[in-house]
Amino acid sequence: MPLYTTGMHILVIEDDQETADYLRKGLGESGHLADHAATGPDGLGMALAGRYDVLIVDRMLPGLDGLSVIRVLREEKVATPVLILSALGRVDDRVRGLRAGGDDYLVKPFAFSELLARLEALTRRAGTDAEEATQLRVGDLEMNLLRRTVSRAGRPIELQPREFRLLEHLMRREGQVVTRTMLLEGVWDYHFDPQTNVIDVHISRLRAKIDKGFETPLLHTIRGAGYCLRAPA
Amino acid sequence: MPLPNLFRTTAFRLTVLYLALFVASVVAILGFIYWSTVAVIDRQAAATIEAEIIGLADQYEDRGLAGLIDAVRERSGEGGSRDSVYLLWDPQTGPLAGNLAAWPPSAAGVSEWVRLTLNRREDEGVVPHEVSARTFQLAGGYRLLVGRDLHERTKFRRLVVDTLIWSLCAAIGLGLLGGIFLSRRMLGRVEAVTMTTRRIMQGDLSQRIEPGGSDDEFDRLGESLNAMFAQIERLMSGMRLATDSLAHDLRSPLTRLRGRIELALISPPDPGRDRDALGDVLRQADAALATFDSLLKIAAAEAGVAAAELRPLDLGALARDAAELYEPLADEKEIRLVVATPPAPPVAAQRELLAQAVANLLDNAVKHTPAGGRIAVSVAADEPVVRLTVADNGPGVPEADRERVLERFVRLEEARSTPGAGLGLSLVAAVARLHGAALRLSDNTPGLRVDLEFPAAPPEVAGPR
Repeated sequence: MPLYTTGMHILVIEDDQETADYLRKGLGESGHLADHAATGPDGLGMALAGRYDVLIVDRMLPGLDGLSVIRVLREEKVATPVLILSALGRVDDRVRGLRAGGDDYLVKPFAFSELLARLEALTRRAGTDAEEATQLRVGDLEMNLLRRTVSRAGRPIELQPREFRLLEHLMRREGQVVTRTMLLEGVWDYHFDPQTNVIDVHISRLRAKIDKGFETPLLHTIRGAGYCLRAPA
Repeated sequence: MPLPNLFRTTAFRLTVLYLALFVASVVAILGFIYWSTVAVIDRQAAATIEAEIIGLADQYEDRGLAGLIDAVRERSGEGGSRDSVYLLWDPQTGPLAGNLAAWPPSAAGVSEWVRLTLNRREDEGVVPHEVSARTFQLAGGYRLLVGRDLHERTKFRRLVVDTLIWSLCAAIGLGLLGGIFLSRRMLGRVEAVTMTTRRIMQGDLSQRIEPGGSDDEFDRLGESLNAMFAQIERLMSGMRLATDSLAHDLRSPLTRLRGRIELALISPPDPGRDRDALGDVLRQADAALATFDSLLKIAAAEAGVAAAELRPLDLGALARDAAELYEPLADEKEIRLVVATPPAPPVAAQRELLAQAVANLLDNAVKHTPAGGRIAVSVAADEPVVRLTVADNGPGVPEADRERVLERFVRLEEARSTPGAGLGLSLVAAVARLHGAALRLSDNTPGLRVDLEFPAAPPEVAGPR
């Protein structure tokens, strides 16, 4: 485990040793530094004492359950973003988790790329405050949120309402990997995986509208993970 | 039935309570009768004695000793009252007149009330009689005693007390019998319920409580318990079926997965091939997890677990959203996706599950409709139901197979080449059941037409949450 890192400092509160090891190893290999707590009280103490970028909290923990840990943290005004990791995947489980103060909810089992993308989304969201912006810009792609117009290099682009929301979702997460499930949740509010990868078709349609005819593509496919909208370096 | 058990029944306790109340009121009524009659008799006797004493004293004053003796003789003689006792007594010589043989030793005092027990000669012999009497001291040392036989009063009192005791005995006896009878009856019916529940707890879920036929509280209790047992049986068999098939359904993908790993392990090591195998294994694990997820959702929907989460929902909006998700996919296959959703009343639905069901229908339609085909999605109110229809003009499903395709893992020969686990329509069927919706597959001439008919949301859930 490296001593210094430029990545995130993450606390994993998880009682299953194997899952915890898998998370720490995976996060370490992705350039992040992860601490581990195996019980609710330990995790709460570490989260209150340490300065973490993001917390990964399992729901079922010995001593104090995950949701209670989050509730105490929020009562103590600790605003560190929390990703809830749980085997309980029903809609009301998710609602309960987010209501307790969690920022995102990921159901076990999960793909590591999914976890990583969500962690990055959480830490970026905590850093920037672009919610009130009326104008979004990625490279030469511009979006006016009041007039609902999009243009690239001054050339207007016609988008369907859903395509507009899809692009807005991606532009707000510029430079981050956004997974298919994140798009389904964020743009469609669906928490299930359709059998066919319908999102890919939506993305390729959007790509045809914003990238076709331009030198440099903005919308990239990240293999095995999802998509990323970023300006050329 | 053991007796201690009987005494603990509510029926028996109630009977005993009523019995106590009844006995108390009998005692109170007879007591009242006793007091109001016996006391009146006593008072009347006292008043008569008082009047006679005064009358006799007057005689003595007016006519002297001889006159008093005459008067006493007259009154205690043949023509006098049979229930009166008189004695004029001279302490020196003895009795002067009257029907009492000697001055009673207990009446030593002067001018007092005494209660005497005197023997009276009757036809059948000597009988002790109770007598209430008053003594009076006359001038000249003579003493006068006037009394009244209380025999009738005593007889009356004995009658009242006897009546009291007998009616108490009768009440207690009858009450106990009634209580035992009632409790027996009640215990018998409770026992029947207990036996039934015990047999159900032992695992025989088909047991039901026999109605008594009297349409009383017990029958109503039995009816609601029977309804509950039926619900438990339905849930249990649903869960059993779900877990059984879950175990069965997961065995095959896990077996395939295991086989793939074993195959890679027995082959000579080769980094490239091993990585391919790992990729395969990951894909198969993901597929197994997706299957597992679908099965769980089907099981949850079938067990009615999500029924509590039903909220009023605009079916048209849900259908438009789902169609919009699939529109680019259809477009890519050159299939025309037509959506018609005129306003319709809301239905009680669990959005997530219903959205997935509609998505599954669209997924199937897009998969099976050839290029250039057409898929129509519509929602329409058709009193008293709201109908959601997904119709395509693909190959359709032969009539004989329409029931079968709703079962788990059933894939028709023609669909073997397309991806899928055969769970899509099973989920649709389970979701339909959860929503109380009728699911109907029919011929779209050509193609498949799937209708989901929802009952319109009842008013109590139609409001905003």
